[in-house]
Amino acid sequence: MKSVAKYFSGLFTGIKSLLFGMSVTWKELWTKKVTQQYPENRDTLVISDRFRCELVMPHDENNEHACTACGICQMNCPNGTITVTSQMIETEDGKKKKILDTHQWDLGMCTFCNLCVITCPSDAIKFENTFENAVFTRSKLVQKINHEGSKLREKKKEVKPVVEMKAAEEVKTEEPKAE
Amino acid sequence: MLLNYSQPLEVTNLTSWLDSALRSSMSEFWVLLIEFVIVGALLLTAYAVIALILIYAERKITAFFQARFGPNRVGKWGVLQSVADMIKILLKEIVKINRSDRFLFFAAPFFMIVASMLTFGAIPFGKALHAIDFNIGVLYVTAVSSLGIIGVLLAGWSSNNKYSMIGAMRSGAQFVSYELSAGFALMTIVVLAGTMQFSTMIEGQRYCWNIFNGHISSMIAFVIYLISGHAETNRGPFDLPEAESELTAGYHTEYSGLQFGFYYLAEYLNMFIIASIATTVFLGGYLPIQVRGWVDFNGIMSMIPSYLWFFGKTAVLIFLSLWVRWSFPRLRIDQLLNLEWKYLLPINLVNIVLMVILVLTGLTLTDLFPSIF
Repeated sequence: MKSVAKYFSGLFTGIKSLLFGMSVTWKELWTKKVTQQYPENRDTLVISDRFRCELVMPHDENNEHACTACGICQMNCPNGTITVTSQMIETEDGKKKKILDTHQWDLGMCTFCNLCVITCPSDAIKFENTFENAVFTRSKLVQKINHEGSKLREKKKEVKPVVEMKAAEEVKTEEPKAE
Repeated sequence: MLLNYSQPLEVTNLTSWLDSALRSSMSEFWVLLIEFVIVGALLLTAYAVIALILIYAERKITAFFQARFGPNRVGKWGVLQSVADMIKILLKEIVKINRSDRFLFFAAPFFMIVASMLTFGAIPFGKALHAIDFNIGVLYVTAVSSLGIIGVLLAGWSSNNKYSMIGAMRSGAQFVSYELSAGFALMTIVVLAGTMQFSTMIEGQRYCWNIFNGHISSMIAFVIYLISGHAETNRGPFDLPEAESELTAGYHTEYSGLQFGFYYLAEYLNMFIIASIATTVFLGGYLPIQVRGWVDFNGIMSMIPSYLWFFGKTAVLIFLSLWVRWSFPRLRIDQLLNLEWKYLLPINLVNIVLMVILVLTGLTLTDLFPSIF
């Protein structure tokens, strides 16, 4: 008798659980579709800020960047993706100085490991989330990421003396008054 | 009763006009020949078109069950997707397999197609849309639709591939088991209806469908028929003959191009055939919903042509089959055989006895309430 009861209870619990399963899928049938319609939804598409797609060198409004052409990014790149070429120039006061000529980055070889960005001492480069990088030829993947005619931003050396000069002037102007 | 209402959308008018036009101009032999060719061509066309529609519907409904959109790029809402797929499959190369049994390998898909094609002839699609009306229609359909398994077994045997072989053997075991249940479920209704002829069976369901007429017993038979029919089509939770995670594609692993297309087509058509037989036997076939005494209601319902009623009811059952397919995980072979031999078959046998008692003691709805039904 016990086995007969087991048979029937198994049968009915089985039917019950099957119906429960069907009710779950019935609800699922009416849920909102989760598919992203990609080319159509480009305007509303949200890509995470930290998503690494393209190496860029930020330039300010004066077409100035922060790269000192030290080559640390090139040395740290595991794939040899980056080629920094520099040139020596002579400044007005006769000093020899190394400036950036081209900063070349090959998207096709990059693994987006972010080591170049982490190790850059002057925060000159970063990864952007512009992901539509498909091109028709391999050669287009090799990009020069510093802009044409750009130069190194001389921020601290220029700004600091101005402040000191002003402070010194103020001190100079104040001193005579005190006397 | 039904003939009293005007039915402008029925194809009866067209067929009778065609018949009389042909008869007026040529001899009996030529009339019959031309009509046979027309009917054959129409059935073949219907076969392909229904399969295309079903493939599209299946992909769309599947997608909705999974919170996706489904095909939506080819044509508006992707309606041309299955046409594009068909063109692709027609253009593909038919690969010849080394050391396979060449003759059986090429013959196998035709068994599938012929089996479902033969069944197609006996399905009443609508008023006057019934190619052949045997007086043993139910028996014929049961016999002929089980021919398809020969195609599956031959495909598995001749492919010279262990996956195909295992798939075919599983399919054989499954088919033999579930054919029994499906047959018994239909027999239950034959007991109730008292006939095996589809047309008489449908006419008997004018005011009370068989599924309601035999209440408890009919309901059980209906559910069992749907389960075993679903298992016969090798779909849903019963798709272990082609369990892709174990057997790549089961018995049709080695097929390509049009031959694969045949199997693909036959799978969908079998689903349609199961649903349409269930419609005919349990849900009143092509008859509209009629209530005794409600003259206006009956008139309005009869305005809808019979083939729309047939395809509507069939579509509901096909949706049910898809719903089941996307709800339940695949069974193991032992679970599959357990379900059949330990549950469906004993219940079915008891159910037939129950139905016989119901009919003999006059406990069916038509016997109990003759004024309503």
